[in-house]
Amino acid sequence: MAAAERGAARPTGDNRTSRRRRRRREHCLRTSGLEPGALPGQSMRARAHVWPGRREAGAARGMGEFKVHRVRFFNYVPSGIRCVAYNNQSNRLAVSRTDGTVEIYNLSANYFQEKFFPGHESRATEALCWAAGQRLFSAGLNGEIIEYDLQALNIKYAVDAFGGPIWSMTTNPSGSQLLVGCEDGSVKLFQITPDKIQFERNFDRQKRSTIHKMIVDRQYMGVSKRKCIVWAVAFLSDGTVISADSAGKVQFWDSATGTLVKSHLITNADVQSIAVADQEDSFVVGTAEGTVFHFQLVPVTSNSNEKQWVRTKPFQHHTHDVRAVAHSPTALISGGTDTHLVIRPLMEKVEVKNYDAALRKITFPHRRLISCSKKRQLLLFQFAHHLELWRLGSTVATGKNGDTLPLSKNADHLLHLKTKGPENIICSSISPCGSWIAYSTASRFFLCRLNYEHDNISLKRVSKMPAFLRSALQILFSEDSTKLFVASNQGSLHVMQLVEGSFKHLHAFQPLSGTVEAMCLLAVSPDGNWLAASGTSAGVHVYNVKQLKLHCTVPAYNFPVTALAIAPSTNNLVIAHSDQQVFEYSIPDKQYTEWSRAVQKQGFHHLWLQRDTPITHISFHPKRPMHILLHDAYMFCIIDKSLPLPSDKTLLYNPLPPMNESDVVRRRTAHAFKISKIYKPLLFLDLLDERTLVAVERPLDDIIAQLPPPIKKKKFGT
Amino acid sequence: MAALEEEFTLSSVVLGAGPDGLLGVEHSDKTDQFLVTDSGRTVILYKLSDQKTLGSWSVKQGQIITCPAVCNFQTGEYIVVHDNKVLRIWNSEDVNLDKVFKATLSAEVCRIHSIQGTEPLVLFKEGAVRGLEALLAEPQQKIETVISDEEVIKWTKLFIVFRHPVLIFITEKHGNYFAYVQTFHSRVLSKYTLLLGHEEKTLIQSFTASVDRKFISLMSLSSDGSVYETLIPIRPTDPEKNQRVVRSLLLKAVVSGNARNAVALTVLDQDHVAVLGSPLPASKESLSIWNIKFQTLQTSKELPQGTSGQLWYYGENLFMLHGKFLTVIPYKCEVSSLAGALGKLKHSQDPGTHVEPHFVNWEASQGCGLGCQNSEQSRRLLRRRKIEVNLQPEVPPSKQLLLTIKKDSEKHIEVELRKFLAMTQTPDFHAITGDIVTGLLERCKAEEPSFYPRNCLIQLIQTHVLSYSLCPGLMEVALQKTDVHLLQLCLQQFPDIPESVTCTCLKLFLSIGDDCLQETDVNMESVFDYSGTVQDEKMEEQTKILQNGFNPKEDNCSNCDQELKEKPQDTTKETTSCPVIPKRAALLNAILHSAYSETFLLPHLKDIPAQHITLFLQYLYFLYLKCSENATMTLPGIRPPTLNQIMDWICLLLDANFTVVVMIPEAKRLLINLYKFVKSQISVYSELNKIEVSFRELQKLNQEKNNRGLYSIEVLELF
Repeated sequence: MAAAERGAARPTGDNRTSRRRRRRREHCLRTSGLEPGALPGQSMRARAHVWPGRREAGAARGMGEFKVHRVRFFNYVPSGIRCVAYNNQSNRLAVSRTDGTVEIYNLSANYFQEKFFPGHESRATEALCWAAGQRLFSAGLNGEIIEYDLQALNIKYAVDAFGGPIWSMTTNPSGSQLLVGCEDGSVKLFQITPDKIQFERNFDRQKRSTIHKMIVDRQYMGVSKRKCIVWAVAFLSDGTVISADSAGKVQFWDSATGTLVKSHLITNADVQSIAVADQEDSFVVGTAEGTVFHFQLVPVTSNSNEKQWVRTKPFQHHTHDVRAVAHSPTALISGGTDTHLVIRPLMEKVEVKNYDAALRKITFPHRRLISCSKKRQLLLFQFAHHLELWRLGSTVATGKNGDTLPLSKNADHLLHLKTKGPENIICSSISPCGSWIAYSTASRFFLCRLNYEHDNISLKRVSKMPAFLRSALQILFSEDSTKLFVASNQGSLHVMQLVEGSFKHLHAFQPLSGTVEAMCLLAVSPDGNWLAASGTSAGVHVYNVKQLKLHCTVPAYNFPVTALAIAPSTNNLVIAHSDQQVFEYSIPDKQYTEWSRAVQKQGFHHLWLQRDTPITHISFHPKRPMHILLHDAYMFCIIDKSLPLPSDKTLLYNPLPPMNESDVVRRRTAHAFKISKIYKPLLFLDLLDERTLVAVERPLDDIIAQLPPPIKKKKFGT
Repeated sequence: MAALEEEFTLSSVVLGAGPDGLLGVEHSDKTDQFLVTDSGRTVILYKLSDQKTLGSWSVKQGQIITCPAVCNFQTGEYIVVHDNKVLRIWNSEDVNLDKVFKATLSAEVCRIHSIQGTEPLVLFKEGAVRGLEALLAEPQQKIETVISDEEVIKWTKLFIVFRHPVLIFITEKHGNYFAYVQTFHSRVLSKYTLLLGHEEKTLIQSFTASVDRKFISLMSLSSDGSVYETLIPIRPTDPEKNQRVVRSLLLKAVVSGNARNAVALTVLDQDHVAVLGSPLPASKESLSIWNIKFQTLQTSKELPQGTSGQLWYYGENLFMLHGKFLTVIPYKCEVSSLAGALGKLKHSQDPGTHVEPHFVNWEASQGCGLGCQNSEQSRRLLRRRKIEVNLQPEVPPSKQLLLTIKKDSEKHIEVELRKFLAMTQTPDFHAITGDIVTGLLERCKAEEPSFYPRNCLIQLIQTHVLSYSLCPGLMEVALQKTDVHLLQLCLQQFPDIPESVTCTCLKLFLSIGDDCLQETDVNMESVFDYSGTVQDEKMEEQTKILQNGFNPKEDNCSNCDQELKEKPQDTTKETTSCPVIPKRAALLNAILHSAYSETFLLPHLKDIPAQHITLFLQYLYFLYLKCSENATMTLPGIRPPTLNQIMDWICLLLDANFTVVVMIPEAKRLLINLYKFVKSQISVYSELNKIEVSFRELQKLNQEKNNRGLYSIEVLELF
């Protein structure tokens, strides 16, 4: 409809009235079809009343009008960052949070969070480090050293160090040995073997036989009754020891003589973390006031070889304690209690001053925590240890753009489902019909049946899950809620038939021989025939669900997939990658569509490519096959494939309504990308029906309000 | 950290110092009093704290004092020897030395040693030692010979070790040195031969010694300019045998090796020695303190009038003959850290050598290769690099320009410079610019006063790449020439001007006459329009008055008196009158904008004369009043001083000069105003703090309100 209208020439006055009539008729039909309770006449009258005539003409050419359920009650608070570890070979960053979650960010792939390991209540991670061969180890207060399997996305093994809680861990420069510092004061050395770690020796606590005792004096100003605690040390290859302590000092010591060489008082609060660059010419420290200081080894004079450490740049990107810092060759990385991961590129190390040199602040996970039942208008929120089910409210009123409509029924909190055990939830899903909820932890898979009787809801757990379904990385229900697709961390995909109250295992798609890569993203076609699955690095596989066989594999792309969806009727697979490229692949034809080729030929708008959060969800308009709806954390976009693509010269984001512009100008500047930045930070956005959207926002202020208060700085009279 | 304090001269009378200088300086029984014996006939008693003479005694004409006077600490009497054999003992009441106790001895006396806790000991030239009491009981007793013929006592010192005196004396015979250690409670005399090691030919010029429980640490300053240490045991293992001791190098080349002047060495404490001499062959004599533990020069003081090569150290004072006068330099050594000691070393290492400009380019890459993050980016990089390569000029023309600067005329240089600046800027542009300025300044200094390429310098400063450390001499030259415009530019452009220089500029800006200022060309953008559009006329009138024979002192005085008498209602008038002319205001604004560190600025601010302080304070107060006239608390104009800068400077000036300012009647009104202002400010801030708390509560309420707005259905229309 819209396309046909757009093709028409500029309407004359007669045309406009006739079209208005047609629009109204259509609208009435549509509303009556969807909301049987609402009287068509009522709705029409209300609309006619509020719409001024001129607006109506402009709106007819736009993407349309939506009722938006604006949801801000998803009470999600990310865990604080405890450790960060940077791996230079793979350019990956491992981040551990206070709840034990470990996340892997690929800095080469636009800082995408490509993998994560779910947390565990008893596994507070205190140290994180990379060893040779890009192996990742963590150690924590339960006294165990854990190695992560970065392919299968599970824990390879856990070894008890038998020294009580572990507070620190590091590898030797070659990455072949692991040293842990334990609560009992011992330092234990482990040899890293190809498949495990082997205890080698124990260095006992030194009693009065220290070679040098470096005394860090307490700060004389302020409260000095507390003991001075050295929070972090770094040992350079030239024998310099750098210490960061609770008195706010960064001090340089000569390890050969045990003498203090230089002292920098940088803050009144604690200095909590330190990280040195591989070249040892620069390092970074993080303080409890949220400031990050950069120190550099610079020549004393312009052409002398004598160099000294100079505090060069302070950065204040955090509000709370900076618990962990890392130093990549081109950037300073910091994270802490305020849950932001901040990547601050060093301008002098970035040769091209383009958007790559911009600051990155990562707050939200790059995966979906929300699923939605369109039929019953339900939202399922996933938290670390529980799920919440909400029913959206409703309204009978209508309004113009920007209006907040009076609610006839508010949103209801239907269900609070707490998991048993200490493990965090990995993934969850609610079926489109709203009758099933499935979720998984690292060791158990849960499937529940929901029964709705008027206002009462009863929940029944489906027991006797098969042994192979122990843990899932992604769960997806088919559109008709009769099938359940589970991506297990063994790389296999399970297809299950759901019948009233129970299920039947239909098939398991085994991973291609030789690969163990886990699948993280799933998409199923609305007709239920096709299933697309993507791992972290290999291409997207498309399976034929009817014939239960692999249909094709989408050609591999350099950057990881961030979102997948299959369009209704055309069965086009839309794939979003972390470098902000979007592809459309025709499953029946096993090739990219014409539109996708055209987009690749022209290229995306530069501002589109410069967005710094990945697209996390793609959906389609049930009635407009040319529209693709996708969103990241700061915008959502409807791509109208029938419109020309924007060139770099055109304005990508134009939020202004076309009040005073002529139709000619509008038509010339109209392009395929309709972007809205009203809802942010946006964690989820989907179409409930063709006229209704649901948007889940999580305002940063609400998160900050739930964090412990930051160190108070006096504002006045200082 | 060891430090030398301000020196003072002890006697206004010229001492009768012969070519050998003084005979000695000795401690008296009262602290703070010293006996000074000159090499002629006089002994003088000085009180150090009062810097005055308490007594003076002379021997008869024809007699000559041969041994420095000492004080007998047990009796409080003074002892001196004249004509080698005649001993005189007197006390402070005595006037004439001829009439005091006299004893003629049978042998020639070398030295009398007297220290607290023991009776004076008399060392004879033949090496024998007697206690004073025993000697006086039988003055004509026979004195044995201890040292051999031709052996001469060079230096001697008495120590107390375990409450017993120990005497050490050094003798010399044909270039060989011997040390004798005489212990008195066991009556043992041990002889040691000092082995000079490799430097056999060197002459030992000065000795000093300190003692610990087992060893006497004998330090010697040799003619090669180095200090050596010899450890001599107090209790010899075999007293009969002639033992040898080796000396080890302690400090290398502390004084110039072939100095004509005499040198002296004195140990100050465990870690420090004082050395008197010329550090370089050509340089003037100086006193330097060395840390022997870290082998670092702690401090030094030049003594341009020359010394006698003698140095005494008592209490915390160093005594030396500077020119014709006895000079005392108090010396203090506080506990120092290694870092402090090392820090000083760096500076002491390169005096005289050409100091490289301390310049750090934060933006330049530290020579670390950039790992390209992905292939696409690297392709993009390559493309850009190619373009950049094409743009770069092929030959750097800076060398040519530097040559031009060395010899060509000012005009020519200016033309060449303009050409150079018009070219594309290379990555090391700032370094080259620094070199050019250095070149210009060198020629400035060489061809003073004719050569002063003002325009060139201004152009160079305006390239925005210079910093103080890149051309340290520039502001110095500008200060000499009182080129306030250039100074203003420097203050605006340089990010790293030392506080001392900033303060010198401030002094100049405050003291320079108005008529001088009127001729200069000063950038006025920061003082754009203080009077405001309404008060324009008034301002003009004001400036006219100020221009005509403006005298800050008188004007302030009368103003203040007037204001004091006036009722406080007349504040509007007060606010409109700028106490300085606009050009001076522009210069002062440049100072206000400059970066500084309080600790380093404060001591320099103390040097500014009181009237200038008052003027500056008045100006700052005027700015503050101007600021508070509008709601945003800002001044009009381009780059005006900010309120914070104004307040900081007021605080700094008052901190540095409060005692002075509080005494000046002209400043009274100002201080009262400031006091009132601070009082009101405190009340405002306490109110603000209260409000902050209330606001936080409001915010909480607001959040609760938002909670109600957790869910809404809105209409969105996409266009």
